[in-house]
Parts: sequence; C-alpha cells; structure tokens
Amino acid sequence: MSLPIAPKPALRRFHQARWDEPVIFELTTPGERGVLVSRPEPGVREAVGDVVADLPAGMRREKPAALPEMGQMRVLRHYLRLSQENLGADFNIDVGQGTCTMKYAPKVNETLISTPKLTELHPLQDQGDVQGILEIMWSLERAVAEISGMHSVSLHTSGGSTAIWTNIAMIRAYHEANGEGEQRDEVITTIFSHPSNAATAKAAGYKVITLYPDADGYPDAEALRAVIGPRTAAIMITNPEDTGIFNPRVKEWVDLAHSVGALASYDQANANGILGITRARDAGFDVCHFNLHKTFGTPHGCGGPGSGANAVSEALAPFLPGPVIVRDGDRFALDSDRPQSIGKVAPFYGVAPNLVRAYAWIMALGAEGIKAVAETAVLNNNYLMKKILEIPGASAPYATGRRRIEQVRYSWQELFEETGISSEEIGIRASDFGMHYWTSHHPYVVPQPFTLEPTESYSMAELDEYAAVLAEVAREARETPEVVRTAPHNQTVHHTHHDDLDDPERWAITWRAYQRKYFS
Amino acid sequence: MTQPFVHPYLPNTAPDVKAAMLAAVGAASTDEFYADIPEGLRLDRPLDLPAPFVAEQDLVRHVDGLLGRNVSTRERLSFLGAGTYNHYVPAVVDEVINRSEFLTAYAGEPYEDHGRFQALFQYQSLMAELLNMDVVNVPTYDGFQATATSLSMAGRMSGRRGVIVASDVLPDKFSRVHDFVRTNLDLTVVPTVNGTADVAAVAALATEQTAAIWVETPSYSGAVETAIRQLADAAHAVGAVLVVGTDPVGYGVLTPPADQGADIVCGDIQSLGLHQWFGGAHAGFIAVHDDPRFVMEMPSRLFGLATTDVPGEVGFGDVAYDRTSFAHREDGKEWVGTAAALWGIAAGVYLALMGPQGMADLGETLLARTRYAQLQLSAIPGVALTDTALHLREFVVDFSAASVTAHAVVDTLRAQGIEPGVAVGEYELLVAVTEMTGQGDIDRLADAVASVVAASDTADTSTSNTEEKSA
Repeated sequence: MSLPIAPKPALRRFHQARWDEPVIFELTTPGERGVLVSRPEPGVREAVGDVVADLPAGMRREKPAALPEMGQMRVLRHYLRLSQENLGADFNIDVGQGTCTMKYAPKVNETLISTPKLTELHPLQDQGDVQGILEIMWSLERAVAEISGMHSVSLHTSGGSTAIWTNIAMIRAYHEANGEGEQRDEVITTIFSHPSNAATAKAAGYKVITLYPDADGYPDAEALRAVIGPRTAAIMITNPEDTGIFNPRVKEWVDLAHSVGALASYDQANANGILGITRARDAGFDVCHFNLHKTFGTPHGCGGPGSGANAVSEALAPFLPGPVIVRDGDRFALDSDRPQSIGKVAPFYGVAPNLVRAYAWIMALGAEGIKAVAETAVLNNNYLMKKILEIPGASAPYATGRRRIEQVRYSWQELFEETGISSEEIGIRASDFGMHYWTSHHPYVVPQPFTLEPTESYSMAELDEYAAVLAEVAREARETPEVVRTAPHNQTVHHTHHDDLDDPERWAITWRAYQRKYFS
Repeated sequence: MTQPFVHPYLPNTAPDVKAAMLAAVGAASTDEFYADIPEGLRLDRPLDLPAPFVAEQDLVRHVDGLLGRNVSTRERLSFLGAGTYNHYVPAVVDEVINRSEFLTAYAGEPYEDHGRFQALFQYQSLMAELLNMDVVNVPTYDGFQATATSLSMAGRMSGRRGVIVASDVLPDKFSRVHDFVRTNLDLTVVPTVNGTADVAAVAALATEQTAAIWVETPSYSGAVETAIRQLADAAHAVGAVLVVGTDPVGYGVLTPPADQGADIVCGDIQSLGLHQWFGGAHAGFIAVHDDPRFVMEMPSRLFGLATTDVPGEVGFGDVAYDRTSFAHREDGKEWVGTAAALWGIAAGVYLALMGPQGMADLGETLLARTRYAQLQLSAIPGVALTDTALHLREFVVDFSAASVTAHAVVDTLRAQGIEPGVAVGEYELLVAVTEMTGQGDIDRLADAVASVVAASDTADTSTSNTEEKSA
C-alpha cells in the first residue's frame, strides 16, 4: 500500500501497554544496589564504637529484610513499565468515574510545587521562614470560605472521607459543649449521599438512619420529617446527590434540622456543578467540606493524597482542628490556643502540595472562571446525558425529563434484561477502547448502574467519543455478547479470577504470604 | 469589544462549541440546567475572589513569588523532627511518582490500572518484608490514623474498652487518637521510666477488660522500646493484643516488633522516601499476621494476587472487599476512601532501591550519628540527656541545669541559621538526627549550643551529668 494513509476507523484501536513485568521480588540479583547511604564518618565511629554490635540483647535484626537487590536503572525501568500499564486521567477521557470529578490537574501546578522551598520545608520551622506557604494556605482558606459562604476553614485533612469524619467530630463536640452529647445519638443521611457520611457517623458512635428518595428521585422531605427529632445530632447530606439531582427543598431540610436543635452537614466533596451558583451557608448549613482533589483540580494520585477543606459557620469555628492560621497585617502565624478544638485530625496542616495546587487552580480562574467551570461542567453533563440516552438499553432513572447538575446515575437494566450483560461487564469491555468506567457506589439502588461525570475538562468531541464507545459496547452486548463476556482483550492482563481473594486460606496479600501459602 | 471568556482548562467555552452543545440539548442558556435550584438560594453576585492570573506565566510569577519567601531546611541546618523527618529521597522515587500515569490516576479496575495494583501490592509486600508480617494495607491517611484504627480493631475484636498506653506518645498523635477512639475505647496512660515502658506497672494494670497495650517505638522522646516481648506477654496473658506504633525506618538493623510478639504494627511511612512537604506527606500503614480475625477488621483496601485466563499473567484484585464501607456503608469497618496511595508507591520504590543492605546501612548511620550527637551535646556542661534508653534518631536534651530555656536555645540558634530541634518543655529540646546531618553538622550544633550555655550567667556547671553509656 502506498500513500495516502487510509482514514481512521470510527473507534480508537487502543491497546494498553503489556510489559509482562514480574513481581519485583523476582528481579533480585544478590549484591546489586539501587542507592547508597551516607555512612558514619571515621570520627563518629571512633566516638561511638560499633553501635549495631552494641545493641541490647534481642534488638539486633537477625536476618536482613528480604527486600530485592537491584541496580538503580532496573528499579526505574520496572516502575516506569508499571506506570505505562496504568491509565492516568491525563491519558483517557475520564468521565466514567462519576462522583469523583476527574478533571484536568494543570501541569503548571506541578512545576510550582516542585521547588525545594516547599518540598524541603519542615512544619515546625521558624514561622518567619514559612510565610510564603502560610500566606497561600490562608488565602486558600479565605477563597473556600467565600465559595461556601462559611466563616472559617481548615485544610488539614488529606482525603474526603477524613474531612467528613472531621465534620461529624466537630458536630459531636458542639453538642457535647451544649450538654446534649448523650441525648443526640442519631445521624440522618440519604442513600444517594456518599457512603462515608454513614460510615464516619457510625465510627463516631452514632446510630445511622438512611433515607431513600421519593418516587421522582428527590430526597424525601416527608421521610425526613418522620425520623428527625430530639435525638438527631445532624443531617449529613450531599446535594446534588449522586444522581445529579439537586434537592430543591434543601433549605427546608436544613430548617427542619435546626428546628429540632440538630446541625446540618453538607458533603460538598463534589461541588463542581454549583461553584459560584449556590453556597452551603446560604442554605443554612453549619458545616461542609470540599475535596480539593475533586473540585479544585489537584491530582488523584492513584487514590490519594487528596485534600479536604472543612468549612464552618461562626458558631462551629471554635471546634475546628488546630492550629489555625491567623493574619496580623502582612504576617501570618499558627494559633494553637483553641480550647474547644476537636484537636488534631492530621499530623500537621494538610497536604501542602495539594494546597498550593488548589490555590493555583483558583488563581488561574478567578470568580468568572470558577463559575464558568460549573456552567461548563453542567453543560457537558446534560450534553452527555442526551448522547447516552440515545443508546438503546440505557436509561437515567428518576426525575424524567429534568435537567441534571454535574453527573447522572444511569442504568443498563434494559440492556441487562435483554442480553444478560451486566454493567460491570460493559465497563471492562469499555476499557478495551482506552476508557475507564465505574459502576457506582453500593448498594445498587439503581439497577445495573453507571455514573458519568464529564466535568468541565473534556471537549465536545471527546464526549462524543466516550458515548460512541458505550454505544458500541451496547451493540456488542446484543450482537456479539461473547466479546463482552470475555473482555478485556486489549489490556495488560486478561479476565481475572476473583475467587481466591475472599478465601483466607488462599488469599495472598503480600509476596511473602504467597510464597508461604503456595511454595513452602 | 470584550472577548468572550475562553479558558484553556475549559475547551467547551469556545463560543461556537458552547452554542452547538446548548442547541443539541435544546437549552437557551446554561441557566436552564439549574432550574431545580430555588431563586432564593442562587448567589446573585460574582464570588468575591482576588483577580486571577489567567496567563500561565503570570500565575507562575505570582505563586513563585509567594513560595520564594519560604526558607527551607536546605538553607538552614535542621535537627527538626517530631513527626516529620528530613531523610534523603532518591531521585528515582520522585521520577516514578511524578509519572502522569500514576499521579493522575484514581480508581481504575485491575485491568486499565494494572500498574497501580501491582505497585501497591509491591508496596504491601516490601513493607511486609521490612516488618516480618504477612499483611500490610494500602496506606491510610497517616500514622495517627493508622494507630487509631489499629486500637479500634483491637477493641472490635475483643469487645473490650481498655487500652493501656505504655509509652510516651507525641501529644498531637495522642490528641488525634483520643478523639477518634473515645466513643469505643478508654485510654489509660502509664508513666514511662527512663524513657521506656514500665513493664511491671503495665502488666499490673492489664485485665480482662483490656483490649490492647499500645507501645510507641521510637517514642515521642525518640526512645526505642526494648521490652516488646514482655509487653506482648502481658497483653496476651489477659487475651489482649499488643499494638506497636513505630517508624519503619530502623528495621534494617533493629528487630521488627512482630519478631517480639506484636500483633498489630502501625505507623507512618514519611521516612521512607517522602519529602518533608511542610508536614504534608504522611501515610499510615497497618500490618498484621495473616489471620482473618485481624484482616477482617482492617478498613483499608488490600490488594491481592489473582490468576487470569492466561497462564503466567500476574493479576490483582481487592481482598475481602466486603469488609469495607464501599461495600456496606456504615456496616463496613470504619470507612475507606481516598487516602495516600501515591505515597505508598513512593515508599515501595524507596525500599526497592534501598534493598536489605541499604536499610541496614541506614539504620546503622542513624544509630551512630544519633549516639554521636547525644555524646557531643551531653558533654556540654549543664546539658543532659533525659534518659539512658536506646535512641534511633531522636532524643531529648535538658538545659535545666544550665538554666537556659529550650526556647532561648531555639531563638539563639535560629539567628545563626540552625534549627536545633523542637522545644518540648521549658528546658527540654527534642533533637532529630538523620543521614542528612553529618558529623560536621552535629559539631556545629554542639558548638552553637555550648556558646549559648556558656553565655548564660546562671549556668550551674556543678550539676552532674546524667549521661551514661546506654546498654
């Protein structure tokens, strides 16, 4: 064949990297070294003697740790190959992890944080030496306060769920301070709020009451009225919920909570569709949190570190984790004198690199840009919804005909009934086209669910491509179901067997356990 | 005429594209999408935020300018620790975790994210070798959380409320752990003797109501606990478990707690290949034996090996997913969520680079330089060590005999570009020594401290020095 090159087919002919790389322990070569360590100077040795030989009885490790022995470049190559076998958000149209806001994490922010003036900063240095980072953190707190309408902000937590824990820990301390700690032993949440609202409340000692939506998919105010009362410590809810449906009666919910002396906690982990549109405090919420690794563009790091920003009303401010940053003229300081604080929620002041990234994200956009983020994310979502609902077998339960905010919880139930192909199988097959796809949080109230959240980051053409892939997989489910059932075909590894993972006799959580169970 | 707002992060702000998308969904404007948000809740003004730097070069200049005001530990001589440590981070570690594939990934399946599963399985496995335990979790937030969860696991397993705190615990860590567990557990602190556990007192307090004995090694004061075996025996005698909070950095040369009877070993991995990051790079590990009673109480993800349809392929998946809050909300074990996976990958790369010899060498260097620093500082009249315990990397010096406060020492030395440590009492200074602080650095610290003490008119040089040869 000669030029011209034929046009590309409609769908991408993707194949994931496949290095067939062994587990690292199999790469060991005795005697090789990956890095050398600074050794005690002769003067030190002379002064202290043989510190290892002098260890107290039983304190000297008998056998060296069975770590691999590898030259430096082999370690590098091994891990770079593994990285290629991983589909980062930079590589795919990452709209398939709904509720998680997989938006662009701007590259410029990586260059900003890489300075030794951040990487080599110790949290207990002279505060005069850390004015730059304190100013950034203080400014970020103020921006989050403005975006939420709240009074005060803490940036200490390193993930969304630990930020939710911090919400309930502050609520618990608030009621205790008012002498109602014993009386208020219940927390109310909804099934389409993130599972960690229920789980953290339980871990804090509360009985959890979970409400289901009304027939239209809206949070059920009558159901709330039936359970709320003097035992309620808080309502802990997401809005819009995981369905992408905004609760139009949210103010009524908050007022109801306040009418019985309870607090209202708002999970704003994903606030991407409502930035600059509506604010937590304006609806009366007492506490909320944002995930900077979702809404504010910091990278997800394979599952953390993230960053949580807890924002509270003036009444709750004394309970924030300490220390807090205070500004005095153009000087910034850490204030630990906070008698009602719940104490520490993290070793120091938060995930500094993420705080700088989030600050830079806000400063790259400004008020107009941040509102444009929300409006674009919502436009993208409603556009994608139209595309998805054109696929036979896909549906968007609840609130039929209504617009959605930033995401939609869809269902393949019709397709499943027709073909027996599940949402999970569709997701695995979609990966063969270079796409990530997630079903949804459990329980599957929406049958055969999938949740798509296109954020503001992907172009119309990319959204079209994502929808085309799902349409193709749905077609395959009808016409060539074996192709879907035996997927993946274009991945690093093939269909994986999960039976061993739930059997304590057979599971292998580390290489040494695997060796012991199967080879000794 | 003003240009329409088009931003590089928002491709669909291009006017024609936006119009086409609105037309496709039959909306006149994006306002229609917010029909469910009542007017009364709509913000009727722009957010009050500083003017942005929409051009990338202007943003760089602004943020660089702010960060440029920091003065880092590279520009100071630092002996700061107290939870965050200045260890060397090999270049390969940063190269790997800065890879876009790892940095920007999140929650893919074991297919498209095979690399993430393998890297984290390897982290679990490498930590397991260092600790001589068979099960290690995908990292939780930090060592504080790991310890709080480990104690909670002991409570859930036993149905008991009692926890005996046998060591000096970093106050911030104690604060975090206490607020986390207080609904379910009661913490009873037993004062230490000479920096380490009072084994007899701990054993005497252990009863059928004891869920766990909690040991920290190295402790807040840097003391290494040498009576793990006896403390484990005391716990086991009453059907409790021994929870050991630790920093794994020393186990190339020190006996891992599991070899001395520990049931749950937990702590922070910041020392293993993570920069200081202003205290923002912590991740927590929890290690247990391969016993389902323990494993099923762990809240975190656990990645395990699996076969695939193709012989020889190494597959991965979630072990015992039904434990988690992802599977069962409040009926899972505590909760699981975004925590610190990337830092776990970093620690894995670090351990692979270091190998057995690197970790052994590092342990020896820490022990030797720390001992050297103890000798140099305690040789100064009026300066004493607070205990004769074994110290790996950190220790407390007492200036009371010199009548110089720790804050005075800190203030004076800071003026000379030295961060001598963390004041932990009126006269006590917590000094951290790592492989980054060499003999010359320690000598400089000792000379500067000697000058401060000598300058103090009220120094009482007759007070005897408690320094003795430890062990």
